Amino acid sequence: MATSDVKLLGAWPSPYVNRVQIVLKLKSVDYEYMEQSFPGKSELLLKSNPVYKKIPVLIHGDKPICESLIIVQYIDEVWNKNGPSLLPSDPYDCAMARFWAAYIDDKWFPIMGELRKAQEEEAKATLIKQAAEGLVLLEEAFLKCSKGKDYFGGESIGYLDIALGSFLGWIKAGEIMSGVKLLDETKTPGLVQWAQRFCSNDVVKDVLPEPEKLIEVLKMIQARLKAAATST
Amino acid sequence: MGEEVKLIGARGSPFNCRVEIALKLKGVEYEFIEEDLANKSPLLLKYNPVHKKIPVLLHNGKPIAESLVILEYVDQTWEGASILPQHPYERAMARFWAKFIDDKCMSALWNACWSKGKEQEKAIEEANELLKLLENELKDKKFFGGDNIGLVDIVADFIAYWVGAIQEVTGAEVLTKEKFPKLFEWAREFINCSIVKEKLPPRDHLTGFFRIKLEAPDTLKYNPQVR
Repeated sequence: MATSDVKLLGAWPSPYVNRVQIVLKLKSVDYEYMEQSFPGKSELLLKSNPVYKKIPVLIHGDKPICESLIIVQYIDEVWNKNGPSLLPSDPYDCAMARFWAAYIDDKWFPIMGELRKAQEEEAKATLIKQAAEGLVLLEEAFLKCSKGKDYFGGESIGYLDIALGSFLGWIKAGEIMSGVKLLDETKTPGLVQWAQRFCSNDVVKDVLPEPEKLIEVLKMIQARLKAAATST
Repeated sequence: MGEEVKLIGARGSPFNCRVEIALKLKGVEYEFIEEDLANKSPLLLKYNPVHKKIPVLLHNGKPIAESLVILEYVDQTWEGASILPQHPYERAMARFWAKFIDDKCMSALWNACWSKGKEQEKAIEEANELLKLLENELKDKKFFGGDNIGLVDIVADFIAYWVGAIQEVTGAEVLTKEKFPKLFEWAREFINCSIVKEKLPPRDHLTGFFRIKLEAPDTLKYNPQVR
């Protein structure tokens, strides 16, 4: 396949984009990466994702595919001969991977978004508690899904590792900024070790941005929001 | 075969209905356990501790929650008519529109049907944008799945049937033949499918339920106890 046959519209700080980059690397797919500058939206992005106007968008041939986890499954299915399957072959294990990935996207990560916006200490404390409780659930899920192996996917990185692992940079950035440890080895030892393994994996470490760089991005966004709020 | 399939659900729920349609499509025999959502059973809390919502499918004692997850599981596990398309790109498209319906359409349509005055005008405008996208996606196909119902049709059951029932009770005009002729026709075809017809709750049960809701406006916020 020619390099230009697969394009990825992305933005380097986005964990959703990182998911797709990790999978493309795992499956050894050559692609052209097109960094989208924030906050502008290119014509190609608006044309390829008219519904949400968001990255990531994978363009395969002339066909755009949107929504990170849908893109991940698409890559897994198309390049099914390249490396192990990302989703478990057993339908029940597969359902569990889908269930927890949906939980992470719909319930858990939004708490982090709320935490960033929260002003009062009481609100922050409640959200941190909720996030920590969620991680305890994910620790149980890890123990069940990994069945004693290194990853949620077993011996190799799978769908659920990618779904949660893509947020590790942001989790670490949040911990540095708030001074609060979210991934705590006394509460979620399995996840802490998994996180270290995931982040030091050869494929992943070239993709996930360093927390320090993400903090800079966050500060820049906050400054921009402040400027927009004060300039009338 | 020694296979045990149970569904913990609530017959008035579109999310529950999705799973019943899928199981029927695959010819799977199952035991239905009606859940009282005002008084959640220990069974539900045991099998869906994370969300505490219906539907929950129990296959040989193993629970699966979240209707979209259940639909994929049913398609993978049992032979018979396909719920998802075969081709990876079409599968991705089906998943995209199913998620679009769940993430955007459900709450927007609910709000458009139930709100009043200026708020309703705005809500209907939003709903129109979303329904237009679906109407365009349908194109000239009989169903989103093509000649036969598929994932998107099943997930859109709320749009095909529940919206009409709410409109009858509130007088809202969200999905009408004039505004969305293709979608309107699709809805008619969908609810008349023999498999679907069998699993839809009776219309008068729904309108009865919604009439009660009309009298209790504080229960109208979109907060589904179902997923």
